[in-house]
Amino acid sequence: MSTRLQSQGRLIDRSESRTFTFNGKTFTGFKGDTLASALLANDQMLLGRSFKYHRPRGIVAAGPEEPNALMNMGEGAKFEPNQRVTTTELFDGLTAKSQNHWPSLEMDVGVVNNYVARFLPAGFYYKTFMFPRFAWKHVFEPIVRHSAGLGQAPKEIDADTYEHFYAYVDVLVVGGGIAGLQSAKAAAESGAKVMLIEQTADFGGRAVVDDAEIDGKHADTWVTETLDALRAMENVTIRTRMMGAGVYDHGYALGYERVTDHAPTMDGPRHRLWRIRAKQIVTATGALERPLSFAGNDIPGVMLAASMRDYLVNWGVVPGQKTVLVTNNDDGYRTAIALKEAGLDVPVVVDARPDANGALPTKARDMGIRIETGKAIAKVKGGKRVTGVEICLMEGEGGAREEIKCDAVAMSGGWSPVVHLWSHCGGKLNWNADQAWFAPDPARPPLGDNGEGFVICSGIASGALDTPDVLTNAHDAGKAAAKAAGFTATRKTAPKAVATAEETMAPVWIMPKKATHAQRAKSWLDFQNDVKVSDVQLAAREGYESVEHTKRYTTLGMATDQGKLSNINGLAILADALGKEIPQVGTTTFRPPYHPISMGAIGGEARGETFQPLRRTPMHAWHEEQGAYMEPVGHWRRPYTYPRGAETHQDAVKREILNTRSNVGLLDASTLGKLIVKGPDAAKFMDMMYTNMMSTLKIGKCRYGLMCSENGFLSDDGVVARIDEDTWLCHTTSGGADRIHGWMEEWLQTEWWDWKVHVANVTEQLAQVAVVGLNARKVLEKIGGMDVSKETLPFMEWKDGTIGGFDCRVYRISFSGELSYEIAVPASQGRAFWDALLDAGAEFGIMPYGTEGLHVMRAEKGFIMIGDETDGTIIPQDLGLNWAISKKKEDFLGKRAQKRSFMDNPDRWQLVGLETLDGSVLPDGAYAIADGTNANGQRNMEGRVTSTYYSPTLDKGIAMGLIHNGPARMGETVKFGLVDGETMVEARIVDAVFYDKEGEKQNV
Amino acid sequence: MLILDCPCCGVRGEETEFHGGGEAHLKRFGPDSSDAEFEGYLFTRQNPKGVNFERWRHANGCGKWFHAARCTMTLEVFATYSAQTYEPPADVIAAIKAKRPEWEMPA
Amino acid sequence: MSEAIKATSALEGFASTGFASVRECGLTGMITLRGDLADKALAKAVKAATGAAMPEQRKITMGKSGKVAWMSSDELLLVVDHAQAPAIVEALTSALKDQFALAVNVSDARVMFEVAGEGNGPREVLAKLAPVDLAPDAFTTGDVRRTRLAQVAGAFWVEADGSFRVVAFRSVAQYVGDLLAQAGATGSAPEYF
Repeated sequence: MSTRLQSQGRLIDRSESRTFTFNGKTFTGFKGDTLASALLANDQMLLGRSFKYHRPRGIVAAGPEEPNALMNMGEGAKFEPNQRVTTTELFDGLTAKSQNHWPSLEMDVGVVNNYVARFLPAGFYYKTFMFPRFAWKHVFEPIVRHSAGLGQAPKEIDADTYEHFYAYVDVLVVGGGIAGLQSAKAAAESGAKVMLIEQTADFGGRAVVDDAEIDGKHADTWVTETLDALRAMENVTIRTRMMGAGVYDHGYALGYERVTDHAPTMDGPRHRLWRIRAKQIVTATGALERPLSFAGNDIPGVMLAASMRDYLVNWGVVPGQKTVLVTNNDDGYRTAIALKEAGLDVPVVVDARPDANGALPTKARDMGIRIETGKAIAKVKGGKRVTGVEICLMEGEGGAREEIKCDAVAMSGGWSPVVHLWSHCGGKLNWNADQAWFAPDPARPPLGDNGEGFVICSGIASGALDTPDVLTNAHDAGKAAAKAAGFTATRKTAPKAVATAEETMAPVWIMPKKATHAQRAKSWLDFQNDVKVSDVQLAAREGYESVEHTKRYTTLGMATDQGKLSNINGLAILADALGKEIPQVGTTTFRPPYHPISMGAIGGEARGETFQPLRRTPMHAWHEEQGAYMEPVGHWRRPYTYPRGAETHQDAVKREILNTRSNVGLLDASTLGKLIVKGPDAAKFMDMMYTNMMSTLKIGKCRYGLMCSENGFLSDDGVVARIDEDTWLCHTTSGGADRIHGWMEEWLQTEWWDWKVHVANVTEQLAQVAVVGLNARKVLEKIGGMDVSKETLPFMEWKDGTIGGFDCRVYRISFSGELSYEIAVPASQGRAFWDALLDAGAEFGIMPYGTEGLHVMRAEKGFIMIGDETDGTIIPQDLGLNWAISKKKEDFLGKRAQKRSFMDNPDRWQLVGLETLDGSVLPDGAYAIADGTNANGQRNMEGRVTSTYYSPTLDKGIAMGLIHNGPARMGETVKFGLVDGETMVEARIVDAVFYDKEGEKQNV
Repeated sequence: MLILDCPCCGVRGEETEFHGGGEAHLKRFGPDSSDAEFEGYLFTRQNPKGVNFERWRHANGCGKWFHAARCTMTLEVFATYSAQTYEPPADVIAAIKAKRPEWEMPA
Repeated sequence: MSEAIKATSALEGFASTGFASVRECGLTGMITLRGDLADKALAKAVKAATGAAMPEQRKITMGKSGKVAWMSSDELLLVVDHAQAPAIVEALTSALKDQFALAVNVSDARVMFEVAGEGNGPREVLAKLAPVDLAPDAFTTGDVRRTRLAQVAGAFWVEADGSFRVVAFRSVAQYVGDLLAQAGATGSAPEYF
């Protein structure tokens, strides 16, 4: 059984207990425990079920590499699935539930998959669901959805907050082991601004657990002293609970800080994502121990040897009382020695190597531990926990079996440097055959903006071996980083340490050497995704040669641990099956993040009210007070309509239109873009920007203008006013202001940089209100101020003045066909002006109208709308706007493009009005069906609807559309298909101006 | 995520402050140009693997356009320089050649 | 504008507390001035309007009646009294009528916030939102920076008392106010600087 010992546990405080629940049962642990150590202390070995076969699983590791022990953590709005018990610090009130089992962890029905395992082979997703096609939706998908997957999706909105933080440093050091500490110190002594981050809450890493001696002191003391020295330096920042999540181009790195995970009642964000820009990055990320592949290596109680030492030394817990060690290297013996020294039973050490005579094996032997060399594990016995092992010869199929009783197995398959951060941005690796690992190749680092390397690996992450080597390497890494960041490196030397001589490890990828199929089919490579040795071998037999393809086919290394334990073992098996060398097969790509990070942290502040910026006009609050139904127009929110009482939106729109046409309406037009173009060359510039001749526009006059892209397509439209000799004011579409402002600046800065023109965007300086309808003038005259009569201010002119004391610029322009004044006032006066208009207009029946009323009224007048009649492929000529294209100008943007043969051609779809014969409203975007079919057997088309509305003014459906040769076909009928694809509606081609064709109403 | 030095305001900013604008040093062809000239101007791009001259705008900053000489493969930035020029200036060419001796300015 | 009219700033009265406090500054005069920044006539006109000297690249200068911030190689932002802004625009325009220059009143197109607090608190608020090195030795009184605040454009500088002034577009005032308030919330200080 797994228990807490009376001794050891350097990270726990036995005087402070912590209460938590697991699957509803209450347990206690200590301050300083992880959830993993606390569960082990309570003899909870079985913690989850595997992904595919629902096999019982327990804890394998002590850090972020843990593949099995994932939990549903928290409840309600604090619920989060797939949380590792090994990286979860214990706190009072923690609630955890195991995943992927039904109905219960102990009694899982899915375990039947275990017995049909041969029907769930590698690539089974690819093989199983091909045919029949209908079965996917109705049979396979429901089954897969029910049985696969790990944790549950949260149901409530996350109650926590998250944030980002931008930090700029000279040297970022990732990892708080002795290598990271020494690198940080060496770099900081040069004067560089250093940031040291450590993913756990404490420092020292392996060296402390393994009793290394540095400068004549225990590593623990050295770590404390070094930390004190670092903390005393002003140029050093130290952050704990912060993982180096990813390294990206040009020295960009992400740090994932878990601010309050360990203390959820504290104020502050749960996670903080640090967006760090470093001149140099030192990765002192250590190494991960590899499992060994033997039958039953996934049974709860089988654990990585070094992780077992971590549990013993850091938290005073052991997974078993009788532990068998299986190893292919000397380092693993440290576990046997530590367990023995703690008074626990180690019945045998199984060493796959023919001899073991290094210092550590000798010490173990001297302690009386039985050591079997040239041996392997034939199988682990047990179901929900280990009950024993059968050992056998390593050679051949593994004869001479002997059963040994035990309740835990420690396995050590050698180490792999954590090269993830080095590799994220393109750092290359070399295969080291002696250690059977991939280590960074310092000659091929990731490159920064200056073309030089910006990542340096430190300590065992770089491939350094023992403590003296690690410290020297780390010291040099820190110095090199400081130098590369522009500082003079320290002249101090690295600390001294004593090496423990270790003999060479022996690569062992499967045990015994010629394991039977039955053994290979129970030898797990990827615990989390349930990938076995036999699966990878099958993939190789089926022709998968690329490691990337094999990964996706077998799902090896695709789980939330991204193959931290499985990758090297898996590709060694693949290399063997393909008869290739490991470096020839290569690794899969390392991608960020190193370890999963929360979606909340990625989103940062972008949630809730600040999910995206909403743009509000000065009158926005009024619209909301009226209960207006708002619609998005770019990032703006504009009132679509203002429903009254139980009115439907349709009825409200109808009321607003009829009132505007018969009395007077009010529109918040503040979102219209307003750009000032001024300068000695502004006239020339305006003529280039617009298809119209704008240079001849008289001061005080307005003109409707079109802008095209260089490709000839209509891009924006709006009314232009000539302000003075060298100043124009350009109205753009709502949401088009920034784009057109940028477009103008682009031409001025990059093509005509010698032209003297300034452009300023004054969109938001001005609130703009359209006062529209028969009574519009009466309203303004009642408020009183400037003369707005037809004589003084005729149609298509503008004037500055005051109305009711407001500073106004009044434009006589109309997008509705009615008598209309568009009045701009400073935005700070916008709301007051709006209120004044409503007051004065009450007796004339004034009513605000929304964007839908605006749209319908402009369609009744046949005015086009950018984005409705245009879609980036429409030239003004298609829309009958030839009158707005100057024939006199030598050049304007789009002119050359419009001369291309396929554009300068009447045989195009062109704008017309459409009236259904039955008065119904055509569906938006409906296509006009022509006779016959095309080469693909699809029905031929001869046009489409671009705008379609019920017109309250005319009490029938009206539409605008692009019809093949439309203007030449007035009076003809065309057929439009409804959504069902069968029903046809006939519509007559008519003039697009449905209302007041002569324009008498707007010109009064 | 790239870092770029804006030559117009001196900010060394991250990519999110900037907006890419495609190939630099395009020669505009107007109404009198041939179809082939116009096609080349509007659509044909060098898109090299290696040294590339491109346009950027410091959109979330000073708002100015500038040019960058950058390697599309390693993302190394050789230089950033004024947008008000028809071709890369001599010092930019020299900066590229210092790092890529074998590179020649394409015709 | 007649005095009876109530003019309102974008987010009048907005305020929040936390490790740094946020307050909307109310109506503030702002003028965009574009032109040749090396031109003496322009410097003279700016001095007349604000009492401030011409700022160097990415600097802000303070004068008796206003501040002048360098916005780009041919653009300044003059921060002045709101009621005076139209008259100052007129004065600038007439002083520079023979120059290639443009003065525009943008007072109402903007919102301004103050972010204040103990020590480096205000810096940390901004460092949560802007991709800018806000370390005290990298950004200090007299510096001005145009950048992005999360998803929108913005600019800020440090006042002599260590508080920050943040300027953004009026239409996104609520968004920026909410961002700043969240970033300054109690318990969320990274205490990095």
